[in-house]
Amino acid sequence: MTKFRRLTAVAALLGSVCASNAYAEGTVEVLHWWTSGGEAKAVGELKSAFESQGGMWIDSPIAGGGGDAAMTALRARVVAGNPPTAVQLKGPGIQEWATEGALNDVQAVAAAENWDSVLPPVLAEIMKYDGNYVAAPVNIHRVDWIWASPVALEKAGISEMPTTWAEFNAAAEKLEAAGLVALAHGGQPWQDATVFEDVVLGVGGPDFYRKALVELDADALTSDTMVAAFDQLRILRGFVDDGFSGRDWNLATSMVIRGEAGFQIMGDWAKGEFLAAGLVPGKDFYCIPTPGDGFVMNSDSFTFFKVAGDENLKGQQVLASLIMSPGFQKTFNLAKGSIPARTDVPLDDFDDCAKRSHEDLLKATEAGALVPSMAHEMAIPRSVRGEILDVVTTFFNSDMSSKDATAALAAAIQRAM
Amino acid sequence: MSSRFGRALERRLPLIVVSPLFAASLVFVYGFILWTVWISFTRSRVLPNYEFAGLLQYERLWSTPRWHVALSNLVIFWVLFVVLCLAIGMLLAILLDQRIRIEGVIRTIYLYPMALSFVVTGTVWKWIMNPGLGVERLMQQAGFDSFRFDWLVNPDYAIYAVVIAGVWQSSGYAMALFLAGLRSVDDELLKAAAIDGAGPLRIYARIVLPMMRPVLMSVVIILSHLAIKSFDLVVALTGGGPGYATDMPATFMYAFAFQRSELGLAAASAVMMLMTVIAIIVPYLYSELRRR
Repeated sequence: MTKFRRLTAVAALLGSVCASNAYAEGTVEVLHWWTSGGEAKAVGELKSAFESQGGMWIDSPIAGGGGDAAMTALRARVVAGNPPTAVQLKGPGIQEWATEGALNDVQAVAAAENWDSVLPPVLAEIMKYDGNYVAAPVNIHRVDWIWASPVALEKAGISEMPTTWAEFNAAAEKLEAAGLVALAHGGQPWQDATVFEDVVLGVGGPDFYRKALVELDADALTSDTMVAAFDQLRILRGFVDDGFSGRDWNLATSMVIRGEAGFQIMGDWAKGEFLAAGLVPGKDFYCIPTPGDGFVMNSDSFTFFKVAGDENLKGQQVLASLIMSPGFQKTFNLAKGSIPARTDVPLDDFDDCAKRSHEDLLKATEAGALVPSMAHEMAIPRSVRGEILDVVTTFFNSDMSSKDATAALAAAIQRAM
Repeated sequence: MSSRFGRALERRLPLIVVSPLFAASLVFVYGFILWTVWISFTRSRVLPNYEFAGLLQYERLWSTPRWHVALSNLVIFWVLFVVLCLAIGMLLAILLDQRIRIEGVIRTIYLYPMALSFVVTGTVWKWIMNPGLGVERLMQQAGFDSFRFDWLVNPDYAIYAVVIAGVWQSSGYAMALFLAGLRSVDDELLKAAAIDGAGPLRIYARIVLPMMRPVLMSVVIILSHLAIKSFDLVVALTGGGPGYATDMPATFMYAFAFQRSELGLAAASAVMMLMTVIAIIVPYLYSELRRR
C-alpha cells in the first residue's frame, strides 16, 4: 500500500515537472544574504525549484552585515541601471524603492493566482505599491515568543506558564531566587527592540501598538501607556545577567537550552537552535506567545526590480508564481523554521510551535491583532526604526526614566521624519 | 632622430608615469570628497538625490544625541590614546635604553601587538574584559568576591575599555620609534654633560627629550590618525555598545549611510569629520612648511 502511494506521488511529481517544463523558461538573478545554515538551504530550495522548471538561476549572494552589504551593492547596481531580477528585501524598504521607480509589478501573476485571498491583509498591503504587487512573501516569522527551559522552570518551582507580564515578573523572580538567570538576553540594539515591541504589544494591546509603532502618533508615543511599557522594560532589564552586553541571540538561546536561564524573548528563528540541539518542542523546551493576545509579524520577501527583456521578465513572473506556490512555501519554511506566508498551506509536517503560530496568525488576523514588527523592519522605514532603536537601547543600558524615554522617542521621530 | 625622441621621452617619462596615479587620486579622492560635500546639502536617503536642500542635514545631525556621544567619545579616545601611548612608549624606551640584557627579546615582545590587526585586538580584549568570562571571573574564582571590572558593559566606562585595548596595541610602536630616537642621540654629548656634572634626570629632561622633538611629532601624527579612523577596534570590541555608548564618528557615519539609508545625514557627518581633520592638519602643515 505504502509502496503504491509512493509510486503515485512520484508519478504526480514527474507529471507536474513535465507540465511546467512546457511553459517555463526565463532567467533570474537573485540578490540575497541567506548564506548560512538553514537559510542557505532554504534559498537552495528556491533555486532548485526554479531550475527544475527549466529556468536559469544566477545566484548573487552577498554575505555580511545582516544585509547592509547587500543593500550597498543593490544601490550601486540600481544607480548603474543594472538591477537584479529579484532582491531579498522587505517591509517599508519595498515602498522606498517603489517610490524611486525602481520596481516592476507582478500584478498579472498575483491576480491570476488570487494572492489577495491567501495572504493576511496586513502582509498583502506591505507587498503592494499603488495597489499592485511588487513583492512576494516567502514566510512569516513570529516575533513575540517566549522560549522556556522546563529544567530551569522545574528547579524554580514554576508549573504555570505566564500569560500576563505580572505573572512573567513573578516567575522570573522565582528563577532568580533559585540562582538561575531569569531572562537570557543579548545586548544588541535589535534584540533590545525585539523585547521592547513585544512589551508594547502586551502592555498597550494591538491598537496601541499600531498607533505608536506603525503610525508613529506623537500622543501615543508620549502617553502613560508608553511610560508603563518602558517601566516593564526596566523590570525586564533587572532579570538579565551581567554578561549580556553584545551577546549574540543564539548564545542567549543556548543558555536556555542548557537550562542555565529560564526564558528568552525572541522570534521563532530561535527554534532552529533548539531543534539543532535535538530538543523536542513541548517536552524539552516550551514556546509560548508573549502576553497580549497579538501576533507580531516579521516576513521575508523577494522584491521585483525593473528589469527589461522578455527573457528576464518571463523569469521574474515564473519566480513570483513559484515563490507563492503552496509546495515551495512548505519546503522553504520547513528548512527555515518559519511558517508559510500563504494561510492555506496545510501544516501537517510542521512542529507544534509552528502549528501554534499558524493558529494564532489566523485568530489574530480575524481579531485585527496582527501587527507588523517594528524591530525587524516591517512597520516603518529604516531611518525611523534606527532612531527608535537608539532610544530603546539607551534606555535599556542606562538608568533613564521612562518619562524621559518617551520624550526622547517623540523627539527622535520628529527628527527622522 | 631616434635619439632625439629618446631624449624627449626621457624628459617626459616621470610625468607619464605619475599622471595616471595623479588622475586617479584626483577623481577617487578629491572628486568623491566634493561629491560627499554636495550630497550633504541634499535630502538624499536611499538613493542620492541632487536637489539642493540647504543646511537641513547639518541641523538634523547636530540635533541627534548620538552624534554628540560620538564626538565626545572621539575626544576622550583621542586624547587618552595619544597621551597614554606617548607616556608608556617613552617610559619603556628609556628603560630599554639602559643597556640591559636580552633587549632584543623584550623589544620584540612589546612590539608584537602592532603586528595584530585591530580586529584581533578587539576580539581578544572583548573576552578578557567580559565580566562573565575574563578578568572579573578569574579574580572572583581566586577568592576576591567583591572584585568588579565591568567597564566593557558599563555605558559610562565602556569608552575607557576601548582606550585600554588601543593603548595595549599601539604603545609598543611608540616605544620602538622613541628607542630609535634615543639611539640617535650622540654619545659624546651625553658624556660631556656627565662630565659637566649633570645627573641622569637632568640629562634626559634638558638634552635627550628636546632632541627628540621631530620623533615626538611623527609619533603624535601617526597615533592621531589611528585614533580618528578607529573603526575596526570599536566594531570588534563593543560593536558601538552598550547601546551606542562607544560610538565614534566613523561608526556613526557607517550606521547612517549603510544601515539606515540616510545618505544625506551620513554625508554631513563625514564632512564634519573632514573639517575636524583639516582644522588640525592645516596649521601643522603651515608651521612645518614655513620653517623650511
